[in-house]
Amino acid sequence: MFDSLSSRLEGIVKRLRGKGRLTEADVDEMLKEIRTALLEADVNVGVVRNVTARIREQAVGTQVSEALDPGQQVVKIVNAELTAMLGGETLKIQYASRPPTVILMAGLQGSGKTTNSAKLARWFKSQGRQPIMVGADLQRPAAVEQLRTLGRQIDVPVFSEPGDPVSTARRGLEEARRLGKDVLIVDTAGRLSIDTDMMEQVRQISAVIQPDYTFLVIDAMTGQDAVSVAEAFHATLAIDGVIMSKLDGDARGGAALSVKEVIGRPIAFASTGEKLSEFEQFHPDRMAGRILGMGDMLSLIEQAEQAFEKDQAEKAAEKLLDGEFTLDDFLEQMQALKKMGPLGNLMGMMPGMPKEMKNAQIGDDQLKPIEAIIRSMTPTERRKPEIINGSRRNRIAMGSGTTVGDVNRLVKQFAEMQKMMKRMGAMAGARPGKKGKKGKPGRMGFPGMGGLPGGMPPGMPGGLPGGLPSGFPQSGAPGGFPPFN
Amino acid sequence: MSSTIYLVLIAVVVVFGIGAVLVNRRRSANAKPVAPTPVRPAPTKPAKPVPTPLAEVTPPPATDEEAESEPEPEPEPEIERASFRTRMSKARGALTGAFLGIRSRGGITNETWDDLEEAMLRADVGVRVTDELLEGLKGRVKSKEIADPDALLAALQAEMRSRLEGADRALTFEPGEPGSPNVWLFVGVNGVGKTTTIGKLANQQIADGRSVLMAAGDTFRAAAAEQLTTWAERSGAEIVRGNEGGDPSAVIFDAIERASARNIDLVLADTAGRLHTKTNLMDELRKVRRVAAKGDGRVTEVLLVIDATTGQNGLTQAREFGDATEVTGVVLTKLDGSAKGGIVFAIETELGLPVKLVGLGETIHDMVPFDPADFIDALFQES
Repeated sequence: MFDSLSSRLEGIVKRLRGKGRLTEADVDEMLKEIRTALLEADVNVGVVRNVTARIREQAVGTQVSEALDPGQQVVKIVNAELTAMLGGETLKIQYASRPPTVILMAGLQGSGKTTNSAKLARWFKSQGRQPIMVGADLQRPAAVEQLRTLGRQIDVPVFSEPGDPVSTARRGLEEARRLGKDVLIVDTAGRLSIDTDMMEQVRQISAVIQPDYTFLVIDAMTGQDAVSVAEAFHATLAIDGVIMSKLDGDARGGAALSVKEVIGRPIAFASTGEKLSEFEQFHPDRMAGRILGMGDMLSLIEQAEQAFEKDQAEKAAEKLLDGEFTLDDFLEQMQALKKMGPLGNLMGMMPGMPKEMKNAQIGDDQLKPIEAIIRSMTPTERRKPEIINGSRRNRIAMGSGTTVGDVNRLVKQFAEMQKMMKRMGAMAGARPGKKGKKGKPGRMGFPGMGGLPGGMPPGMPGGLPGGLPSGFPQSGAPGGFPPFN
Repeated sequence: MSSTIYLVLIAVVVVFGIGAVLVNRRRSANAKPVAPTPVRPAPTKPAKPVPTPLAEVTPPPATDEEAESEPEPEPEPEIERASFRTRMSKARGALTGAFLGIRSRGGITNETWDDLEEAMLRADVGVRVTDELLEGLKGRVKSKEIADPDALLAALQAEMRSRLEGADRALTFEPGEPGSPNVWLFVGVNGVGKTTTIGKLANQQIADGRSVLMAAGDTFRAAAAEQLTTWAERSGAEIVRGNEGGDPSAVIFDAIERASARNIDLVLADTAGRLHTKTNLMDELRKVRRVAAKGDGRVTEVLLVIDATTGQNGLTQAREFGDATEVTGVVLTKLDGSAKGGIVFAIETELGLPVKLVGLGETIHDMVPFDPADFIDALFQES
């Protein structure tokens, strides 16, 4: 919904072309846009003030290079600044010398403490630990029941007893020792940071269990209030790290930046989906890109990595560039694509995607007719779609429950794509699979492919691999796709 | 379908590019096994609102004595509906400091505007609405219509109030034939307080003399139905539950049928929290909305529940849920914290969705009708 910062800056940048150096007035104008972008991403007002001041210092007088336009240069500066602020280091868990390592979960109501307790327990399990969870949320009806259900799903024991949360936590710790568990995760009730009684209660829980780590769970959709909440919890509990929940939405998550800046504690984990496995350690560089609206290529790559067989992807990519890509391969790749989640989400993660496409609603359901059409073809037809004549078309349309027009469109567009890919393959000259053995992923664009339109500053993590740009409507490449509607 | 093909082609192409990059990446040695977590059924099957045989009806056994043994804070014997001023006053500060600074200056300076802007942004009012409000005021200051800081603040308050005026904030209940219950559907992202809102509202509606049945349409979150059942027992409402992982549309349809058969006035239908970006889950919700209108009930409210701590994403949420389910109003929860809930200005003015209820605390009586004047007074409160 929001324009990315780079497209915001585009207008200003156009006027600046040909300038050798950014003047203070130019920078001011850009800073205004940056400020708006940060505020719309829910970065705290005070933090925005500090960031823009630092960015101004770096940007004024910046030499405008030939390769980068001034807008890209400024975005690069902003991105570097945000990444630095979000912290370079990922939190490394130091396990207690005398087990169990005790973890306390705290936060506002509805921030996701219970779900994230289970996700964290699952994560510890994957690290070879033996966690136990304690349900000390005796406030919300059925909160303990929820934790028990989640515990069963990940095969982690849950301890809880009715009564007083403080003594439940204490007994949970004893239970962990008795069972010889080495990680104890204590889920607490959600509480408002200004509720003195409840804050006192969580302080007492903390005093009793002496946590090695206290995590504050913050909803990625939180607005300006994130900072006051974090400050209040930090003052009461001494927070060690933050868990960002619901990062799978489209909130920019400026709260993360603000909290890190204000309490000086790292974002340790991020929750990226409803499944208990959708939980990972936090990557500052990706978050910076997200706040600026530059997509999240690295995450996309990782998701792809999990969904695709390496060899299969390699073969397909080569075929694609050689123009030997058949409808069978297309079908196969479409299946893999589906594993990566709804197509709409993927589109949102790609930087530089035209807005029409980002907003396009595509669910997996809409892939079905395409699938049906291809599945209604004979193997020969899939290899050589050009043999499809009138009667074959009729048969395919009948078999797939679509119309002849649909079949025609698919065949035609597939042929166009094939042509385009072949041309790109020829342009690139080299096979993607055969170069840059040590190169960092995402940094190796194909030669001659350039940056995305209006797009990403070169050198940013996550330059779009593979020659996508030439396929985009704005780029005016031959064989590009017609406009969307 | 044609544009879908393009998108798919492009996506496949991109993914190839990635595949090509991956070739050089050593595949992470420990491919993470995916835990057997419950996956929601994609809403692929055509809506078939057949009541689930597994749905059960819990008769209302609860009495007040039983309710009091629950850990949830109970209302004080002296029942008094919370007011904005007393509740929100706990959290004054963000704006107050700024306003004191503004008043202490002799005239209206550049700093005055900066302070005002910052105060509004801190309340999550958002860049666009803030700009609009302040631009209008700047014009009036220039034309000497407003001369001093006090008048400026008063004008701002009046302007904000006028933006929230005129909306119909009453909850719609249409008394009709027996056997045709009103249905209020609750939607929203995860963790905003849908289930709790239903619990509190059920209590109030029953106190107002209506019979209430709850539909436990959150079949996804672990123990969500148990949570609602606790509320049903406390309030004396009936409840219809499905099995975990079941089809929410069927549960809600079944609940409406049940309410119709028993001549119950009002069905409060819970749904699972979902992020508005998840296409399949939003489709599921569309189906819930359609199916709810199919039986004997009349859907008279679709209430979007929004957490007062929500920032600028709240507007997107409102837009997406509005598109999917014809939202008729907003419930703003957790306004008793330090958050100001300024996003409702954008939601009301840009989308025309009225805020109907606000949550000002944990007790049943802290769910109150939204009063714009009180809301704005609380924002501007200085002592």
